[in-house]
Amino acid sequence: MHEASLAGSVLQLVEDAARRDGFRRVAMLRLEAGQLSGVEPRALRFALEALAPGTCLQGATVEIDEPAGQAWCMACAATVAIAQRGDACPRCGGWQLEPTGGIELRVIDLLVHDD
Amino acid sequence: MCVVCGCGDADAGTLDFGAGAARVSVPGLSQVRSIKLEADILGENNRIARRNRQHFAAHGVTALNLVSSPGSGKTTLLCATIAALQVRRPGLAVSVIEGDQQTSVDAERIRATGVPAVQVNTGKGCHLDAPMVEQAFERLHAHHHDPAHHDARSLLFIENVGNLVCPALWDLGEDAKVAILSVTEGEDKPLKYPDMFAAATLLLLNKTDLLPYVDFDVPRCIEAARRVNPGIEVIQLSARSGDGMAAWLQWLDERMAPLPAQAHHAHA
Repeated sequence: MHEASLAGSVLQLVEDAARRDGFRRVAMLRLEAGQLSGVEPRALRFALEALAPGTCLQGATVEIDEPAGQAWCMACAATVAIAQRGDACPRCGGWQLEPTGGIELRVIDLLVHDD
Repeated sequence: MCVVCGCGDADAGTLDFGAGAARVSVPGLSQVRSIKLEADILGENNRIARRNRQHFAAHGVTALNLVSSPGSGKTTLLCATIAALQVRRPGLAVSVIEGDQQTSVDAERIRATGVPAVQVNTGKGCHLDAPMVEQAFERLHAHHHDPAHHDARSLLFIENVGNLVCPALWDLGEDAKVAILSVTEGEDKPLKYPDMFAAATLLLLNKTDLLPYVDFDVPRCIEAARRVNPGIEVIQLSARSGDGMAAWLQWLDERMAPLPAQAHHAHA
């Protein structure tokens, strides 16, 4: 449900760039939604597709990278891979974990048409 | 012009692959070019949240973002908290920002206690965001300079929309998120909604007066909360019976901002 609100923010960022850089249509939009970002990529894609008609995003391909989740395990004093919050450390089985990677939620780049 | 650093494409006779604007020719398609943005999707919200935070600090306001699922007892707990503060800290100004999809029922309940409240109706929206809080705070601040409150510090409770999923992502500029979970909800909730409990500083386990009537495993719940958030504090209480309210008020006391350095807002 919050992906709809996030899609609105994405559109805002793209429209601001369109004004600054003088393009009218987007051919491809690349986003990053890390595994630990709290965002479901499919829901975000769906929300963007629903929002696109009539905007500069109409017809754009949406690519969403999902950087892997990483966390610092305080017990192991090491960075470990976790797929979601609440997962135990794969090394020691503990939960003293602080997410350090896969927490990004960003618009990376665009391919735009000038016409 | 490059949207990253603002550099211009000054030399028309050269192919410029400088920061941002690289021209790509894709056969069969019209000319497309690449633009690097690398912008946080929540960037604008977080910018306003930071501004809210500075604003609160400047006014000695300690803002708390109360999050929970619908029906956990947030509003009743708030009313009980206000009543307790009115007895124990009569000089302390309290205000509330209420978030709900529809109705102003909650804001009216708060106002009935004598505390100013602004209702934010999000409509289809499922969470409060920083711009909403900025506007609501402006309203509160403009209308409620009460000379009866001589403590230069004040408490602002932001009761978020009842939702254990979405509010976790939106910084409002608060000092801390307080998650409220009631014993009628199930002790595994922290594991089911890890983002929210990970984002909270304090877990208030509410409706403890009902423990004799439900199968709720308190130690398991606390363990679950500590799994997703090793540092989370926990207070068990009942807004109805008053159990645990002293600990909650103590926590609020410790959380409140130190007196602002510039006393130009003090109503002495």
